[in-house]
Amino acid sequence: MSKVEFNKETGPREVFCGLTSIVWLHRRMPDAFFLVVGSRTCAHLIQSAAGVMIFAEPRFGTAILEEKDLAGLADAHEELDRVVNDLIARRPEIKTLFLVGSCPSEVIKLDLATVAEKLNKRFLGQVRFVNYSGSGIETTFTQGEDGALKALIPLMESSNEEKLLLVGTLANNVEDRFKKIFKNLGISNIESFPPRQSTELPKIGKNTKVLLTQPYLSDTVRDLKHRGCEIISAPFPLGIEGSTEWFLAAAKAFKINELKVHEIISPLIDRAKLALESHKEILKGKRLFLLPESQLEISLARFLHNECEMDLIEVGTPYLNKDLMKEEINLLPDNTKIVEGQHVEKQLDRVRESNPDLVVCGMGLANPLEAEGISTKWSIEMVFSPIHGIDQAADLAGLFSKPLRRNQILTTKTLVTH
Amino acid sequence: MELTLWTYEGPPHVGAMRIASSMKDIHYVLHAPQGDTYADLLFTMIERRGQRPPVTYTTFQARDLGGDTAELVKKNIKEAVERFKPKTLLVGESCTAELIQDQPGALAKGMGFDMPIVNLELPAYSKKENWGASETFYQLTRTLLKEKVSSSEKISPLRWKELGRRPKVNILGPSLLGFRCRDDVIEIQRILSEQGIDTNVVAPLGASPDDIERLIDAEINICLYPEIAEASCEWLKRNFGMEYTNTIPIGIKNTIEFINEVHNKLNLPLTNKEELENKSKLPWYSKSVDSNYLTGKRVFIFGDGTHAIAAAKIAKEELGFEVVGLGTYSREMARQVRATAKDLNLEALITNNYLEVEDAMKKAAPELVLGTQMERHSAKRLGIPCSVISTPMHVQDVPARYSPQMGWEGANVIFDDWVHPLMMGLEEHLIDMFKHDFEFVDGHQSHLGHTATNTKDILNSDEKKENNPKEGIIWTESGRAELTKVPFFVRGKVKTNTEKYAILRGIPEINDETLYDAKAYFS
Repeated sequence: MSKVEFNKETGPREVFCGLTSIVWLHRRMPDAFFLVVGSRTCAHLIQSAAGVMIFAEPRFGTAILEEKDLAGLADAHEELDRVVNDLIARRPEIKTLFLVGSCPSEVIKLDLATVAEKLNKRFLGQVRFVNYSGSGIETTFTQGEDGALKALIPLMESSNEEKLLLVGTLANNVEDRFKKIFKNLGISNIESFPPRQSTELPKIGKNTKVLLTQPYLSDTVRDLKHRGCEIISAPFPLGIEGSTEWFLAAAKAFKINELKVHEIISPLIDRAKLALESHKEILKGKRLFLLPESQLEISLARFLHNECEMDLIEVGTPYLNKDLMKEEINLLPDNTKIVEGQHVEKQLDRVRESNPDLVVCGMGLANPLEAEGISTKWSIEMVFSPIHGIDQAADLAGLFSKPLRRNQILTTKTLVTH
Repeated sequence: MELTLWTYEGPPHVGAMRIASSMKDIHYVLHAPQGDTYADLLFTMIERRGQRPPVTYTTFQARDLGGDTAELVKKNIKEAVERFKPKTLLVGESCTAELIQDQPGALAKGMGFDMPIVNLELPAYSKKENWGASETFYQLTRTLLKEKVSSSEKISPLRWKELGRRPKVNILGPSLLGFRCRDDVIEIQRILSEQGIDTNVVAPLGASPDDIERLIDAEINICLYPEIAEASCEWLKRNFGMEYTNTIPIGIKNTIEFINEVHNKLNLPLTNKEELENKSKLPWYSKSVDSNYLTGKRVFIFGDGTHAIAAAKIAKEELGFEVVGLGTYSREMARQVRATAKDLNLEALITNNYLEVEDAMKKAAPELVLGTQMERHSAKRLGIPCSVISTPMHVQDVPARYSPQMGWEGANVIFDDWVHPLMMGLEEHLIDMFKHDFEFVDGHQSHLGHTATNTKDILNSDEKKENNPKEGIIWTESGRAELTKVPFFVRGKVKTNTEKYAILRGIPEINDETLYDAKAYFS
């Protein structure tokens, strides 16, 4: 392991909670519905995070707890029953309904597992109910996806068929690219989790080789291991380096000759390197500060340093699973400062002191930092944009070069006005 | 339990954040888990503010719950006070913290600070954003002024005469995340100043705790947004005798009425009465021949109480529209909205379920919707033009240009904003005159991008929904062909009317003649 400096920090945070992941999960599985059992705040959060009303009728909603629901829990269960009935009558196309726990439902100990169990019996053959918690007292942002996927694992049938399972939500086009490349490598039995339809869950077993596409799936990985799956240890497929290592790790697990991998992906690498050049010109030597939000920060830091030659000031992450991140951390430059957790005020003090060229941060902080003259990139864009794979390396770099390019345009006096 | 897909209002602590963020030298310590920090983006992204809201979240986690969350609250309060040095501290909790009952306000008061501390108790499970904002502003006003209550004499609206200066008023209610508040304040201040009236304090927007203490230097209060300021105005009236205004200066008639009300209250003669009507272009634009096409246009209105009521009056009296629906999500203002609706022979729709609003909109079949972002969505789906007149806020509702809703310029903005989504008069006339030209075949439509307006879509969409057209009615070839000749923007209405007529007369098949019969019947 390289000489990486680990720090932990506690204090006030500025991070989305796990409920927010509904916003991309509902797009991935159009036959699923996410029902948050929470407060008006939860409803308002998802609405605000979903770009403030971009969908006419979204596939997520909130069962808002009211005073009378808090008085007696038995009533809350009945009320939830009623809401679910209404919802299913209105949306008969729903195949899977996620009951999503929130901070208030966790605090009042609303037993969503029991509710889901009862509803499963009642709607047998029509709708499946699963429950997980996206509460902000337990999860941050992307951990919501971890919870949702973990909740689906018990529904996955067993199979001893040899297969490659890609785990973590990907953009459809990226997923298609990956599958094509794996087929060219000679791995033809590939499935994705989560699938594009919630009902088409892959079967898993001892010959399932799991390749993670996202770094925030600690609980899911643990449960997949329990089901006998083999977890392929690799960095994450962000950037040319990460993706190459990722393909190589998969190939090794399937006993495919390394030379074949290089033969197939080297044209892709050449092309990507070419595309990366113009972004690198802008990013090279620029100083980067990553605030914690998505858990993608370590992989992004690795890509932006190793391939775009940026200097890393601080790499924040809301949560660090050293085991899952082992391969990534090995690729980081010496003396990288990793900070797990957050004290947002102290962290912002460090941002100002270090005067970075670019800060990766959540949406609440972006404009205030811009107003101080610091360029920013929103973390949430990483989970919505197709950024994985060799073909996307330049697009990924583009997300970071764009704010810098923009500020260059806006601050350069190019027009002669006299 | 209430099922919501979209919601018009946030929780009450977001209302409190609106007050805190609107003001200077105030800090709000909010006992809340980390997820609640999303609220910051309402201000920094939607309103594009270059500052973070002055809010410290305690960010308690599940593992803290077993331990001492009260200690965590105190630690955060102490840090926030040291770091931000506010003149007044607000302390409150969000929905989750309310459940664990740490009573952060009481804790803060026991910590020995020498600044005023406002303990906000905002019941998250029964109240909403506007109520939270109103209550916060009220508690703040009360806390900062309560020591002056006993020592102060009742304030006469005529005090300015005794003091030998121009009359002074406070403008109360404008806040961040309020609809076009920033520009409304400028407009109203300008109007008052033209009338020889000075503004003492604008609050909460831009005010400091010192300014709140100065409220009683004015003669009367302008209650500009009753959703937020009425409770405070009422308290100031009760305790200091300060009168406040009721008219909301949106639209020409209301603006004139507002100016009159202010003058009457201050016993100030109105010197330039006849000039008032010419201050805005709306009256003339509305009378100009091009505006003939506005006559009787059917309009559906839904929004917060203040803007919905004002919109109804302007639509009917100043633009010559027919109001076919009126409603609000502001339950606090339900009574006033009901009264306005009754005057229009309508029943007000009071709901916070946007699907109910969409249904009502569909039924009313308006030609224009004046609503919130949610109605904009529903209207888009129904192929109806829409203009946004009220919160909840969208980044589009914070335009870079000066665009108030109130006063003279507000009336100009309203004329443009409401009328532009419609086809302009000239455009509509031309299409009517040249509707048989090849350019107006289906597909060649205005820039508005109407959906589901060609005949096939309209007929098909119904067939899909109902399997067969209404109550077994069939459109014959000639009926369909004639329907395609009807301009697309009224085709939906013509179709519904014709079917209604057919049902009324028990006609099973609609042909071209039925269509004309129906036209004659309904005209």
